[in-house]
Amino acid sequence: MVQSDREKVVISGVGIISALGVGIDALWDAMCEGRTGIKRIERFDPSGFASQIAGELEEDAFKVRKIVPKSHRKATKVMCRDTELAVGAAASCVEDAGIQTAATSEEDPTLNPDRVGCHIGAGLISAELNELAAALVTSKKEDGTFDIAHWGSEGMQNLTPLWLLKYLPNMLACHVTIVHDLRGPSNTITCCEASSGLSIAESRRVIQRGDADACLSGGAEDRVNPLALYRQHCTNRLATSNDSSAVVTPFAQDAQGTVVGEGGGILLIESETSCHNRDGQMWCTIEGIGCKQATGECPLKPDATALTNAIQKALDESGCDASAIDVIVPLGSGVPEFDTVEANALATVFGDRLNEIPMITTIPYTGNCMAGNGAIAVGIAAKALKEQHLPVRLGAEDTVNVQAQAAPSTDATLNYALVVSPSEGGQCVAIVLKRGEA
Amino acid sequence: MTRVVITGMGWITPLGNDIDSVWKRMVASESGIGKIDRFDASSFPTTIAGQVRNFDWTQYVKDPSKHGHPAMNSQFALGAAKQAWEQAGLHEFDALNADRAGIYLGAGEGVLDFSAHSTIDTHAWDAEDGMIDPVAWAKFASERLEPWGEVEQEPNMPLWHVSKEYGLMGPAFNCLTACAASTQAIGEAASVLKQGDADIMLSGGTHTMLHALGITGFNRLTALSTFDGNPEEASKPFSRDRGGFVMGEGSGMLVLETLEHALARGATPFAEIVGFGSSADAYRITDLHPEGRGPAAAMHGALKQAGINPSSDTPPIGYISAHGTGTQENDSIETMAIKKVFGENAKDIPVSSIKSMMGHLIAAAGSVELITCIMTMQTNTLVPTINLKNPDPELDLDYVPNTSRESDVDICMSNSFGFGGQNNTLVVKRYDD
Repeated sequence: MVQSDREKVVISGVGIISALGVGIDALWDAMCEGRTGIKRIERFDPSGFASQIAGELEEDAFKVRKIVPKSHRKATKVMCRDTELAVGAAASCVEDAGIQTAATSEEDPTLNPDRVGCHIGAGLISAELNELAAALVTSKKEDGTFDIAHWGSEGMQNLTPLWLLKYLPNMLACHVTIVHDLRGPSNTITCCEASSGLSIAESRRVIQRGDADACLSGGAEDRVNPLALYRQHCTNRLATSNDSSAVVTPFAQDAQGTVVGEGGGILLIESETSCHNRDGQMWCTIEGIGCKQATGECPLKPDATALTNAIQKALDESGCDASAIDVIVPLGSGVPEFDTVEANALATVFGDRLNEIPMITTIPYTGNCMAGNGAIAVGIAAKALKEQHLPVRLGAEDTVNVQAQAAPSTDATLNYALVVSPSEGGQCVAIVLKRGEA
Repeated sequence: MTRVVITGMGWITPLGNDIDSVWKRMVASESGIGKIDRFDASSFPTTIAGQVRNFDWTQYVKDPSKHGHPAMNSQFALGAAKQAWEQAGLHEFDALNADRAGIYLGAGEGVLDFSAHSTIDTHAWDAEDGMIDPVAWAKFASERLEPWGEVEQEPNMPLWHVSKEYGLMGPAFNCLTACAASTQAIGEAASVLKQGDADIMLSGGTHTMLHALGITGFNRLTALSTFDGNPEEASKPFSRDRGGFVMGEGSGMLVLETLEHALARGATPFAEIVGFGSSADAYRITDLHPEGRGPAAAMHGALKQAGINPSSDTPPIGYISAHGTGTQENDSIETMAIKKVFGENAKDIPVSSIKSMMGHLIAAAGSVELITCIMTMQTNTLVPTINLKNPDPELDLDYVPNTSRESDVDICMSNSFGFGGQNNTLVVKRYDD
């Protein structure tokens, strides 16, 4: 079946959480002012790490206990940071979409809970070291070594009973479905930076096969944690300069790498019919999605063929030519190998015109939120289509072949946006969005 | 409507590492559960598990050097994938369109190096402040943690290794919905094919949590059996004295194709995926909904898609592979949900749990259980729930207790329910042109 024969799917709610605050407007306004959320890490002393800056929320920007119903407050104790971010983004999305759920009203929900799905991408969740170490240290021998026999018989009792449940990647979606009482299909995609985009693809597939009318969809991840930060160091993708104002320079010839962040986005993905029937606001339509796998030299070295094919598939589904695309939101992580692959794939599809299409790059503002990144990118693309505006672009003075150099904000006529993401591990996703009818 | 068929299967399990030998052992009611020797678990509340043995991943790939340092979950995935690939005849098929060959796995995370992590965390502990000194921690980590060991823990790494081995460049997803992951992966892979986005999908799951931190986590949840008698008698789904699940590990992989693609290349379809249902409990993180709301919804959804009436005059399903973990809660609620869905027919449908024999493969459980369904139809043999010597009077279905038996089976259902409330059910049918 070709895409045009299927039920049209739209984005009818946007919730973003990032270093710049909660809500799409917090991030959008900062981007229009050119104000980055990247700064020296405050949550712990990062001076032992080469990369010491990140996209980190202010400590008092967001308290998850305040946004869940009273009945779920106790459960916030077993939420890791990634789950808190997902619950925060979901609350923001539900508010933006103007729908009532079990979390927001005692009246009947706007959408039938059995017909609302939930697809939230997640990463390899890193345990809070203080919590785990406080238990582990009880099994330290006098000579300083760890005593596994003591751990098995006594030490592990110092770990809170529900410890494991806190760190399962599916807990992001599970808490969100409980908070809002969503009983339709629910999945947890774990594909690094491609997780959000693939979750959106899955929500669309579930809606189009008739198993749901709408889905909360996206992803969230916290990388501002010593173990998570260390794991990113292991990939050799992090910049080691700690000048937070200009460290991430996507597509620059001398780009040094990326920085970590915490955040994500949850979008309401809905059938056009459902959105229309409830008089919902439509941000934009999802015209096409392409998902492909790279089989390069190693998981950290993507190849351009798969990403090219993903972009082409998304365009083919959209029924629009590459010339129709007005703005591109790439991963733009500032990691040279990833940027090169993105630029090469885009050049294959867009040819000489690539340099004429403006890009919006989000990672210089938020840091790389991994599984949460794609939803932030789609949310910002939707906002740009709605506002007919391009925010300030942070980056290098010059970029080669793509329009990703530093630039002021400007109004623009934007009908179609392309959101692209390769990932660590090789999954590639491309999404074409079309401006909602004015 | 596009039909989706299965043309290849493979598994790496605690009962063995190929389809036929594992099947024979299950038909003979054998157990793969024994004492853990992967690490020193002798002081742990749980000392038993279903461990994969005699497995060398390098024998299952063309060139091990192309894979670097795959974690154990990726190793299992490569082992199961090779069997599925070759059974489907794809090793002799040179016209595969890589762009339309996809992969959808339900793979768990790679194994954390607990020995290194426990040493680093305890050395970096600042007793005065009562917390980790992050500067010291970073220093110890850089000295002791193997970078590739950390990178390979990302749950999408098995996906990379398997797609790399077979050149799969089509749609690629990994999901991790705890114990429901691979059933969900297979259901969604079938959906990708039905929507026309690929011709062929490799799908299944892989996981091992058989390491010190994994056993710790489940021990703290009190979900694991602490049985200290004969390990082979530890996993007791549906028994009155069931005391939690027994950890297993491994991988199951299946080749899914559109019927058109399978027939065009001369492949033999074993079974057809006719139904998939997915739901969320939306109840509690720690408990299943007391009325089995979510599991019932998943089963109803799968039956509806398959066009099967659960209340038909004769039992509409020949076998249910239960989630059947052996925890008090799961087995009661799953039984209740089956009865709710099938009504009077429930008592006449054989239901068994292979977790009684191989333990719980967590994310990979659904994939090996779906293969079990297909083998059931191929051999007309129901494999048992072993260790069911003390039936629970509250649980009154036909759990195929203790010994296998012959039965003509044309349609099977496979259930998987995840911690946190994500539920998935598949319905498969004997292939009939």
